[in-house]
Amino acid sequence: MPLEGDIAQRKTTFKQIGTRPIRPDGVDKVTGRARFGADASAPGMLIGKVLRSPHAHARIRKINTAKAEALAGVKAVVTRDDFKDRNDALRDVLVNCMARDKALYDGHAVAAVAATTAAIADKALKLIVVDYEVLPHVTDVDEAMKPGAPILDKTMFTNNVEPKPTKPSNVASRCEFALGDIKAGFAKADVVVERSFKTEATHQGYIEPHACLANLGPDGQGEIWVCTQGHYMIRNTCADLLGLDISKLRVTASEIGGGFGGKTTVFIEPVALALSRKSGRPVKMVMTRNEVFRATGPTSSTSMRIKVGTTRDGRITAAEADLRYQGGAFPGSPVELGAMTAFACYDLENVKAVGYDVITNRPKQAAYRAPGAPMAAFAVESVIDELAKKIRMDPVDFRLKNAAKQGTKSAYGPTFGPIGLIQTLEAIKAHPNYRAPLGPNQGRGLASGFWFNFAGQTCTTLNVNLDGTVALAVGTPDIGGSRASMCLMAAEELGIGYEQVRTIVADTSSLGYNDVTDGSRVTFASGLATIMAAREVIKKMCARAAKTWGISADAVTWEDGQAKPAGSNAGNFKPMSFKEIAAASHSTGGPLAGHHEINADGAGVSFATHLCDVEVDPETGYTRVLRYTIAQDAGKAIHPSYVEGQFQGGAAQGIGWALNEEYIYGKDGRLQNAGFLDYRIPVASDCPMIDTIIVEVANPKHPYGVRGVGETSIVPPMGAIANAVSAAIGVRMLELPMSPPRIVHALDSRLKKAAD
Amino acid sequence: MSGHHVTTTINGDSVEFVCEPQESLLDVLRNHLGLTGAKEGCGTGDCGACSIELDGRLVCSCLVLGAEAEGRKIRTIEGMAKGDKLHPLQKKFLEHAALQCGICTPGFLVAARALLERTPNPTETQVRYWLAGNLCRCTGYDKIVRAVLATAVEMKQEKRHAA
Amino acid sequence: MQFEAPETVGAAVKLLAKASGTTRMLAGGTDVLVQLRSGTVEPKLIVDLKRIAELGKIAPEKGGFRVGATVPAAAIGENVKVRKMWPGVVEAANLIGSTQIQGRATLAGNLCNGSPAADSVPALIAASAVALIAGPKGRRKVPVEKIIVGPGKTSLKKGEIVTGIVLPARPARTGDAYLRFIPRSEMDIAVVGVGVCLTLDAKGVCTAARVSLGAVAPTPLLVKAAADALIGTKVDAAALAKMAKAASAACNPIDDKRGTKEFRVKVAGVLARRAAEKALKRARGN
Ligand SMILES: Cc1cc2nc3c(=O)[nH]c(=O)nc-3n(C[C@H](O)[C@H](O)[C@H](O)COP(=O)(O)OP(=O)(O)OC[C@H]3O[C@@H](n4cnc5c(N)ncnc54)[C@H](O)[C@@H]3O)c2cc1C
Ligand code: FES
Ligand code: FES
Repeated sequence: MPLEGDIAQRKTTFKQIGTRPIRPDGVDKVTGRARFGADASAPGMLIGKVLRSPHAHARIRKINTAKAEALAGVKAVVTRDDFKDRNDALRDVLVNCMARDKALYDGHAVAAVAATTAAIADKALKLIVVDYEVLPHVTDVDEAMKPGAPILDKTMFTNNVEPKPTKPSNVASRCEFALGDIKAGFAKADVVVERSFKTEATHQGYIEPHACLANLGPDGQGEIWVCTQGHYMIRNTCADLLGLDISKLRVTASEIGGGFGGKTTVFIEPVALALSRKSGRPVKMVMTRNEVFRATGPTSSTSMRIKVGTTRDGRITAAEADLRYQGGAFPGSPVELGAMTAFACYDLENVKAVGYDVITNRPKQAAYRAPGAPMAAFAVESVIDELAKKIRMDPVDFRLKNAAKQGTKSAYGPTFGPIGLIQTLEAIKAHPNYRAPLGPNQGRGLASGFWFNFAGQTCTTLNVNLDGTVALAVGTPDIGGSRASMCLMAAEELGIGYEQVRTIVADTSSLGYNDVTDGSRVTFASGLATIMAAREVIKKMCARAAKTWGISADAVTWEDGQAKPAGSNAGNFKPMSFKEIAAASHSTGGPLAGHHEINADGAGVSFATHLCDVEVDPETGYTRVLRYTIAQDAGKAIHPSYVEGQFQGGAAQGIGWALNEEYIYGKDGRLQNAGFLDYRIPVASDCPMIDTIIVEVANPKHPYGVRGVGETSIVPPMGAIANAVSAAIGVRMLELPMSPPRIVHALDSRLKKAAD
Repeated sequence: MSGHHVTTTINGDSVEFVCEPQESLLDVLRNHLGLTGAKEGCGTGDCGACSIELDGRLVCSCLVLGAEAEGRKIRTIEGMAKGDKLHPLQKKFLEHAALQCGICTPGFLVAARALLERTPNPTETQVRYWLAGNLCRCTGYDKIVRAVLATAVEMKQEKRHAA
Repeated sequence: MQFEAPETVGAAVKLLAKASGTTRMLAGGTDVLVQLRSGTVEPKLIVDLKRIAELGKIAPEKGGFRVGATVPAAAIGENVKVRKMWPGVVEAANLIGSTQIQGRATLAGNLCNGSPAADSVPALIAASAVALIAGPKGRRKVPVEKIIVGPGKTSLKKGEIVTGIVLPARPARTGDAYLRFIPRSEMDIAVVGVGVCLTLDAKGVCTAARVSLGAVAPTPLLVKAAADALIGTKVDAAALAKMAKAASAACNPIDDKRGTKEFRVKVAGVLARRAAEKALKRARGN
């Protein structure tokens, strides 16, 4: 009898896991029926729009909304005065949603209106008069750290430094992770490479802009329909910001058109609720693409110094990183995660990574797929590549010689259990693409990457219907096919068909709290809770069968989707199928349901190695990606197509980040390229087919061995591509993106120091 | 602001609507006609999520004024399946897992249909360039391109069977 | 905002001539709708030209072609005869935006939008194309290089419409080509664009050439010095190098989100050379 909560009850042979059925939400999505954030409407609905700061940094002296309010069709205007100030952890979130004393970046919200039509709302925005006192601004991370830089927040003193600073600065905090003695380590090295790198901010670039439909009555009861990675987060945050009881706000997660971390916080949702409360009408808000770029979370831009030493025979003796990440106008850049992950691929005795969290006049960064890790990995993997070339060692062999493995103590703390880095390196080495011939101006590069993965608070409910089908309610929005994986796991566990399970994403009032869909946690954590809920159902079903047969529940066992007497002693009864027990449930004790709630742990770290070939036009700096190969440890691939899709999607985002994506700020501190024409994400003709190898080193903390897969795939690409480009042009590229002007510049200035 | 009264044909049905002169056809489809299958990813022609056919040409409906639709013939994602029968592209997209979040999918399907109706045997390169105006941030395009190529093969076989 | 869709050129001219405030003509709308959306312009009047039958055709004209003002780029690409005679112009037109944009965007719109980076304009200039204009004072013809006078500014007078673009008959042993640089493979505005057209004599000596650059100055440029570097030569490596240098020298670009000055100047030369090589090959085949 499986016990609920018994994670150790592991399965290794599967009937359905690892197959590739059609996803349950598929037909809706190919016919246009699926409803995304902007696809909802309500009777009497108003359109809400936001007025945004045109200045990078300005004191807001006064906001005059009188003319806007007087415009026919305008039903509500809100400003900072409509949100109660606070002094706790949510203050930054509030201030980011609606500026208070200062506008802190180009695009910062300063007021919002709700009107009967979009055109009237637009007109009303133009009638709002904001009296700004423009202040000096800073958008570059290195500039922001310099003495004399414009200070964004005079009350901010760097945390975690001794002695405590006496002057405010833009450095919010410092962090450090270390092992051993790097001085001694470097002393043992035969070859040391030290390099400085910069990376520009990139945006998650989900195709669906933020959208919501809010309805909040004078009785304090409200509802909101929203595209988000975490509707419970939306509920709790909005309830708190608006002073509502959590129970009175019901949040429904729409289908979500991509998030990649960018939809793990609130932007327009509290504003829409405030407008709805004030107007007494439902309010729909949809961001424009321009707003998405200017005011939602890109990731950090960074400046980094990496130093690594090795012996001539390829053993790394010491590694050091200084990381400076700006996270926009508020503390909280993912520099700590960068410092933790920087050297996680390596088994090192002496390592030190220091991070600085810096604020600048840019939008508040939001999580972006493995937040913080890709930049550090780009820098570290570039140095590793250079070292391998210097000691004339094959780059895979160099990595293999130093690779983290089971038992490796990582610099950020834990000692790794079973992990698959070595397998990914070996898979790449064995792949024909590793030996494909290269032509002139072509180069090959590879890089490895690491991500922790998270698990977190999760709960699911599994209801059995009379006809033997199952309704599974999860609380984690499905961003990329997770409902299919949930159906597979429930079906596998219950021994019923995939088609017999329907998975829905429940609203916040129908299911207990779930953390946001992030940290690649859904297949792991909701999957775990689903399996546990299924096991609870099985236990109950065994009890029902026992009752039917008049024997003790202990005397019933579950096999192949059937309850059976445990042995000949138990009696000779015909096994009862899942369907039969379900059909009889009304007479054996009523509805059958399983439920599981957990604050899960052990999501299982995941490693990947990427291999990439490029061709660079030396006269124009144009780079074409010729081949791309990924090997990543998935623990256990529940639905391999969607695992491959996660690998491929991460690689494509990485291609963009490596080659052309960047936030470009003008001297005025305003974003120059707030649109898809000039913020250049890869298009279909920019990408080759992306070959994938799924490595499966089971995660012992999941009954099926699942690890998160969604994020690791964006960690290695920039390093792999930078190594390939550097090999192709014979100059080491130290800045992202490696846009054509940067490549031509590098070639022309013959910064031909390293590369070979 | 004067409303424009427009009569047009959408997926074979005659449709009438009133729109303001500055409203895009995408606004009209989504906000007036309840046809929310076409998505707005940018509103400026850059992402292709709003793709439709207008008099047989693939266009971004965000770059067409509603008022321009008078007397035209429009095809949207909503008309792609015939009753309960999915278009071969829709089927292949599902089989190949050519969608993750699915926001780009209607645009890709409409664009890919326009391609296969003109070029029944496209090469991978042709598919990639034809679809370059359709952004997908989730898939890396691999499975989308494969699904389109596989559909072309299947449609060719079906034609041969029919002949 | 008022929207009108007249059915004759005369009616359109009249509407535009008597309008007060900002007006826009709607050909493909791929620039106009973006401007409307961003709020950068708020026209009082929009005149849709697509109901004017005369403007929707490609017609033969004196051995060349007249491309009507509302013919979308996709239709130009589908026209085998135009493609054969002026492949460079067609290449340029077919580089504008995506398949979806191609379904709408026109040569006239590309020209009259006045962008220095418009792809078809350097190709049209190189091909000696002429804009046909109708206005309150009647009709006139103007070489394409005389239309754009500054970023977003044209020499058209109030009420004037470009009704079409004439591609002249192609002289013997003449070839044209257009190349642009963009950071991606598709869906970008030119960082540099170069149109080249050259004519050879029977011995392979270049007797006439036109070189036009886009995105490197406030307007598209017709660079005489670059053409002169080719004329009288067999378009050998030395001549090409000289013309590339002249092309680079003619640039007067800005640093912006799309590229640095340094980059544009350099790449203009590179592309000028490559485009000339391509045009040369075509000229030899014609
Ligand atoms: C996503 C996207 C990608 C793009 N990519 C490119 C690209 O790669 N290369 C490029 O060059 N451009 C590009 N563009 C810009 C645009 O598509 C082109 O400039 C196009 O050729 C404009 O033609 P249109 O017919 O759509 O013009 P419209 O938008 O209809 O008009 C443009 C301007 O010309 C005026 N006008 C139009 N017709 C006439 C006429 N007959 N007489 C007088 N004035 C007239 C209008 O008043 C308006 O000011 C892109 C645009 C988008 C949205
Ligand atoms: S919404 Fe029309 S192209 Fe993006
Ligand atoms: S599947 Fe999400 S954008 Fe394409």
